[in-house]
Amino acid sequence: MNKKSKFNVRDFLFQNKVVFMFLVLCVGATIASKQPLTFVIPELFTRIARNSFIVLSLIIPVIAGMGLNFGIVIGAMAAQVAIFLTTYWGMTGFGGFAATVALSTPIAVFFGFLVGKLFNYMKGNEMIGGLVLGYFAEGLYQLLFLFIFGGVIKMNNPDLMISTGAGVKNTIDLKDTVKYALDTVPMLTIVEVGFYAVILGLVCSAAFKMAKKQEVDWKSVAIKAAAAAVIYGLTFIKPVERFLSADRLLLLSAVELGCLVTVLWQVFQFAKWKVQSSKADEDASPEPFNMHKAIAYGALAAVVYGLTYVPTLYNVLIAVRLPVMTYLCIGGLCCFNNILMKTRLGQNMRTVGQSRTVANAAGINVDKTRIIAMIFSTVLACWGQLIFLQNVGTLSTYGAHTQVGQFAIAALLVGGASVQNATNKQALLGIVLFHTLFIVSPLAGKELFGDPAIGEYFRVFVSYGVIAMSLAMHAWKKAAKPKEETDGERTAEAA
Amino acid sequence: MRNPLKPLVEKFGLPRVIIVSFFLFLIAAAGMFHMNLMQLLSDCLRRWGMYGILALAMVPAVQCGIGLNFGISMGIVGGLLGGLIVIQFRVAENPALVAIHPLFAMWVAVLLAIVIGVILATGIGYLYGLLLNRVKGSEMTVTTYVGFSIIAFMNMMWMLLPFTDGELIWPNAGKGLRNTISLAASFSNVMNKTLAFSIAGVTVPTGLLLFFFLMCFLVWLFMRSKTGMAMSAAGANPMFATAAGINVNKMRIIGTVLSTVLAAVGILVYAQGFGFIQLYNGPMMMGFTSVAAVLIGGASPRKARIAHVLIGTFLFQGIMALGLPVANQFIPESNLSEVARLIISNGIIIYALSQVKGGSGRE
Repeated sequence: MNKKSKFNVRDFLFQNKVVFMFLVLCVGATIASKQPLTFVIPELFTRIARNSFIVLSLIIPVIAGMGLNFGIVIGAMAAQVAIFLTTYWGMTGFGGFAATVALSTPIAVFFGFLVGKLFNYMKGNEMIGGLVLGYFAEGLYQLLFLFIFGGVIKMNNPDLMISTGAGVKNTIDLKDTVKYALDTVPMLTIVEVGFYAVILGLVCSAAFKMAKKQEVDWKSVAIKAAAAAVIYGLTFIKPVERFLSADRLLLLSAVELGCLVTVLWQVFQFAKWKVQSSKADEDASPEPFNMHKAIAYGALAAVVYGLTYVPTLYNVLIAVRLPVMTYLCIGGLCCFNNILMKTRLGQNMRTVGQSRTVANAAGINVDKTRIIAMIFSTVLACWGQLIFLQNVGTLSTYGAHTQVGQFAIAALLVGGASVQNATNKQALLGIVLFHTLFIVSPLAGKELFGDPAIGEYFRVFVSYGVIAMSLAMHAWKKAAKPKEETDGERTAEAA
Repeated sequence: MRNPLKPLVEKFGLPRVIIVSFFLFLIAAAGMFHMNLMQLLSDCLRRWGMYGILALAMVPAVQCGIGLNFGISMGIVGGLLGGLIVIQFRVAENPALVAIHPLFAMWVAVLLAIVIGVILATGIGYLYGLLLNRVKGSEMTVTTYVGFSIIAFMNMMWMLLPFTDGELIWPNAGKGLRNTISLAASFSNVMNKTLAFSIAGVTVPTGLLLFFFLMCFLVWLFMRSKTGMAMSAAGANPMFATAAGINVNKMRIIGTVLSTVLAAVGILVYAQGFGFIQLYNGPMMMGFTSVAAVLIGGASPRKARIAHVLIGTFLFQGIMALGLPVANQFIPESNLSEVARLIISNGIIIYALSQVKGGSGRE
């Protein structure tokens, strides 16, 4: 806390220079594109829903010290193989999507294992290795889709296959199969399923504890179950039911709900503190309650709520409709990343990421930990690609995966992450900035140079440039610090 | 009983044995399908000369210690600019030069393009070398992305640069340079045609091969010179080289500049043989093709010789030249050979990378 109180604006700006540069670039490009916010913001939220998951899948390998995982392309390929097969078998709707996830996961686990194995042979060269591996896998992927499907394995489906019979068509329409399968899960269903899941979880954990002859805190179980029941009960009130039966959430409602929840949470904390301090003589010292913080949160919620009445913002807020389930998945992955780092496995990964030698000395199986990190990343990337595809609604068989790695990595880096350090916050911030630039730069190019192509080239340049810069800065730092050490290493290698 | 293939595999490395077998298989297959082997061989020779100098650009890079230079796009961009300038001023159609001989005018054009390309590449290569001296140990990752970035950057430049010639810009007052620019009016096939002759149905592009061998000879000569020896020493063992009084950083810059310059020459030789200049994302993957070629020839990220370039380019391009017609016999109108190219070229790079730290350096 002491460090934070000595808040230095210049250091803060310097540390986040990439983020600020892109912030300025985004604002400038948006102004230059002359597009109304009612166009840019809804587009942005669509892209956040599509791309966040895959960007978040990059975090685990960064922590495990394997750098930016260019191998997520392979996860995306696993997703596309699965989605092609389920489309071919005629599976549709949410069931079809679930089947695709179930089919793609083992494929992705297997691929992730192989990638991890290979990366163990090229420690220190994972990034270039992953990139080349992506191109190599592209060859195998084309072999599979052009010659094996239809050629070796007979497939009869004129909608999917090229008329000669061998090879899969360039684009596959997912409109009648899994398009919006995840996006359109109604909130009512989510709450309902959530309620049953909570009850099931409580029963299971209680049973587990009883079986192990541990003491069960029946009071807390009862309170939790009651809370779940109350929330579930709320859905039977007509207006609430009508509100929840929609599958998309208006951003305005989301903001209002957010404000409400913030205020309620602070009130709850306050009440808890009051109750606890009233029986403080029995109990040990209660958690200190930060009154200033609570008031600040309350004021913030009020200000945000007040802002929704500003006409421009109001117009934007009613234009955006959030696919609830997709955003829940993204939130879930953020939580997963955080929780994983608190487990033993996550700690091992962090140790391996900091120093393989130290990790080895501490008895951690370095190679195995790295393979597990790769499996996680590949599977998550695979799911991310499925989320992307069900939102886009068409599968570009030979193109959908090619840019995945590059754009995801660029987005992560734009958010201020580096080769050795990445967090959920950086990933989400990066997605917002990078995709804002993506949306407005062709339009800005058209306004400024009279040609949208310039803007398109510019955004590609940005994505390559930011990766190149980040890699160079990382290598620069690495080379500058242990200069003598590396020279010594080189001699040893040459000898 | 000992496996008789084992010493062979150990000496050449498994992937090279596979690739040579694959090459022989393709020749056999082509023979079985009664294809015109002589014509295919001519194609091999033409491709050998066309891609050779780009692969040659790897030699100084590897020898000076920066490793496989995926970023030869830096030099390629310089070469492309040289070619464009020559077309813009219509050097090949200069009446005074054409009066001597049309082929002479074309030679002047291509050599002028090379000179301009070399001058630009020297500048670019110097800056590039300064960058690479600061990222020691991670050169390959950095060069790849710096190479991609310059291509993406030049994509914007191709739209904005003030070229005006009708051959270069989009017709109908479009904006920017064309995607592919025909060299028919400037220096298309100038080297291929010079002194070309046919023997038993095999067309030998003498001028092209001579130019390629000349470049190889010059690099060979440089490697034998005092500077070249010092450069190789700096690449092989920087600490020892420093102790011996060699300026390692300077040697690395020399190697990088040389590699970049060769790339600029290489792309022009490639373009004249192809008959077109490809802009925008055309040269993006050139670095990968060249790297794969020298690796197939037997190079490693720490050692590359001229022989590796000659053998590797011939094998790799031979497979490409033979692969397409043979694949078409199996599955008509397919791009099986493109798939094979992706798998072979990237597979060999992965193999090489996984061998880099083979014995030592494993923690």
